[in-house]
Amino acid sequence: MEQFFQQLINGLSLGSIYALIALGYTMVYGIIKLINFAHGEVYMIGGYVGYFAIAVLGLPVLPAILIAMVVCAVIGVLIERVAYRPLRKAPRITMLITAIGVSFLLQYTVMFFVGPDVKTFPQMTNQVFDIFGVLINEQQVYILVITVVLMLILQFVVKKTKMGRAMRAVSVDPEAAQLMGININTTISFTFAIGSALAGAAGVLVGLYYNSIDPLMGVTMGLKAFIAAVFGGIGIIPGAMLGGFGIGFIEIFASGYISSLIKDGVVYGLLILILLVKPSGLLGKNEKEKV
Amino acid sequence: MLQRKTNLKIQILWIILTLVIYGGVQLLIMTNVINMYYQITLITIGINIILAVGLNLIIGIAGQFSLGHAGFMSIGAYACAIVTMRMPTLLGFALGILVGIVVAGIASLLIAIPTLRLKGDYLAIATLGFSEIIRIVMVNGGDLTNGAAGLSGIPVFTSWPLLFIGIVIVILIIVNYVRSSPGRATKAICEDEIASESVGINTTKYKTIAFVIGAMSASLAGAFYASYFTVIKPENFGFMKSLDILIIVVFGGIGSITGTIIAAILLGIINIFLQSYGVLRMILYGVILIVIMIFRPGGLLGKKEFRLSAVYDFFNRKLRRREEQS
Repeated sequence: MEQFFQQLINGLSLGSIYALIALGYTMVYGIIKLINFAHGEVYMIGGYVGYFAIAVLGLPVLPAILIAMVVCAVIGVLIERVAYRPLRKAPRITMLITAIGVSFLLQYTVMFFVGPDVKTFPQMTNQVFDIFGVLINEQQVYILVITVVLMLILQFVVKKTKMGRAMRAVSVDPEAAQLMGININTTISFTFAIGSALAGAAGVLVGLYYNSIDPLMGVTMGLKAFIAAVFGGIGIIPGAMLGGFGIGFIEIFASGYISSLIKDGVVYGLLILILLVKPSGLLGKNEKEKV
Repeated sequence: MLQRKTNLKIQILWIILTLVIYGGVQLLIMTNVINMYYQITLITIGINIILAVGLNLIIGIAGQFSLGHAGFMSIGAYACAIVTMRMPTLLGFALGILVGIVVAGIASLLIAIPTLRLKGDYLAIATLGFSEIIRIVMVNGGDLTNGAAGLSGIPVFTSWPLLFIGIVIVILIIVNYVRSSPGRATKAICEDEIASESVGINTTKYKTIAFVIGAMSASLAGAFYASYFTVIKPENFGFMKSLDILIIVVFGGIGSITGTIIAAILLGIINIFLQSYGVLRMILYGVILIVIMIFRPGGLLGKKEFRLSAVYDFFNRKLRRREEQS
C-alpha cells in the first residue's frame, strides 16, 4: 500500500510536468490547428534559462522560474511571428515541416552555445518529508504547488479576462471572431506566449526534479506531452491537464509494476486505443464531418 | 496503332535513360570520382529514394498522413539482419528481404485496418505510436534483436547495382500503381474522401493498399540499410528517421514522385557540404527547411511529374515544324 501511494506521488509530479507542456500544445492546436513540434524545444530552453539563473546568477528557484517563463514567452512569440505567421494559409503539412525545422534550429543552436553534454542542475536542499511512510521530497512539493498555481492562473486568464475570451472565440471560428473586432494576430501571439511560458516553467521544474538537462531533452518530453494532449482531447484545456496527469500515472505505474523498459510501449498502446475508441480524446466531442 | 508505336518508343527511351543513369554512376564509381567516402552518400540517397517514394504514395497519393515510416523500415532491417547473419549468402539476403517484406506487409495491414478510419493529424499520431511500439518491441526482443545494443556484424550485400535494381523496381511498381485504375481511385480519395465514397469507391480498401505498398517498400529500404551499414540499433529507426523521410517528401512536393527523387538527391548532396560544419550543419538544415517552406510551401515540384512522353512530344513537334518549313 505504501508503495502504491509512493507511486501515486511520483506519478503526480511527473504528470504535472507533462500537463504543463501539454497545455501549450493544446492551446496552439486549438487556435491554429498546428502540432507545434517546436514546443518541446521551448521547454528545453526553459530548462537552460533556469540553469543559468540558478547556477550562474545564483538566484533562488522562484525568480529563476519567472525569468525562464518570460524568456520562453518571448521565444514562443518570435517563433510564431517568423515561422508560422507567413504560413497561416498554407497546407497544414507545410506548417508541420516548418515546426520541425524550427525545432532543429532551436535544438542545435542551443547545442552550439552550451555543448552537447548533459549539464548537472544545481541541487536544492533536498529535504525529504515522511508522511506515514510515503516519502515526498522538496522538489516534488515545488512541482505540485507551482503547477497548481500556474493552472489556476491559466484558468483565470482563459475564463475571466478579455484576452481569454478572444482566445476561445478565435479557436471556435477565426473569421467570425475577426468580424466581432478581435485582432487575430494579437490573440495568436498571446496564446503562444502563455503556452511557451508554461513550457518554460516545466523546463526548470524538470531540471530540479531530474538534476540534469541536455539540448535534446525536448524531443521525447515533447512527444509524451503531445500524447497527453491528444489523450485528453487536443484543443481542450482541461483535457490537457487530465491527459498530462493520466500519462504520468500510467507511465509510473507501468514502470513500477511491470517493467521500466515497456513503460513507453504502454503509453503508446493506450494512446492508440484511445484514438481508436474516441479519436477526439477523453474530453473531446465527436464531430461529424460536414459534406 | 500510331499511339502504340509512340508508347513503345517512349518505353524504350525510358529503358535507355535508366541504363544511362546506372552506367553513368557506375563509371563515376570505377573512375573513383565517387570514392568510398561519397559512396556512403550515394547509398544513403538510394535508400532514401525508396523510403520517400513509398511514403509519398501514402501521403501524396492516398492523402494519409503517416508518421511511422521508420517503423516499417526497422522491420525490414531487422528481418534482413537476422536472416543474413544465419545464412550469409546472396540467397540469404534475398530471403531476408522477402521475410522483411512479408512481415512488414502483415504488420502494416494490422495497423491499417483499424487506424485508417482516423483522419489527418489523428492518423499521424496513431502511426507514430505504432512505430514507437515497433521500436520498443525491438528493444525488448531478447537474443533475437539484442535489445537496445542492436545487431552488429551484419554481412554486406548492398551494392550500387543491387540497390539500383531495388530503386527501379520500387519506382516502377509505385508509378504503375498510381496510373492504374485503383491508383486513380486512390488519388480521388486524396482529393475528397467523402465525395469519392459517395461515388462508390471503397475508400478503406484503397487506403490500405497504398499503406501496405508503402510499408513494404520501406522494409526493402531497411534491408538495404542493414546490409550496408552492418550495425543497426532500435534508436536508428525512431521518430527522427520518420521525420527525415517526411522532409524529403514535402521538400520535393507532396504527390510528385519525380520531386521526391530530386529532393532525396538534393538533400543528400546538401548534407555532404554541411558535413564539415558539425553542429552548425543542423542549424543550417533547420533554417533551410523553414525558408523553403515559407517561400515554396508546395515543395520543389508541387504535384508535377517528369514525363518522358512530354519531352518526346515536344521534340517531335519541333521536328515536324521544321519539316513543314523546309
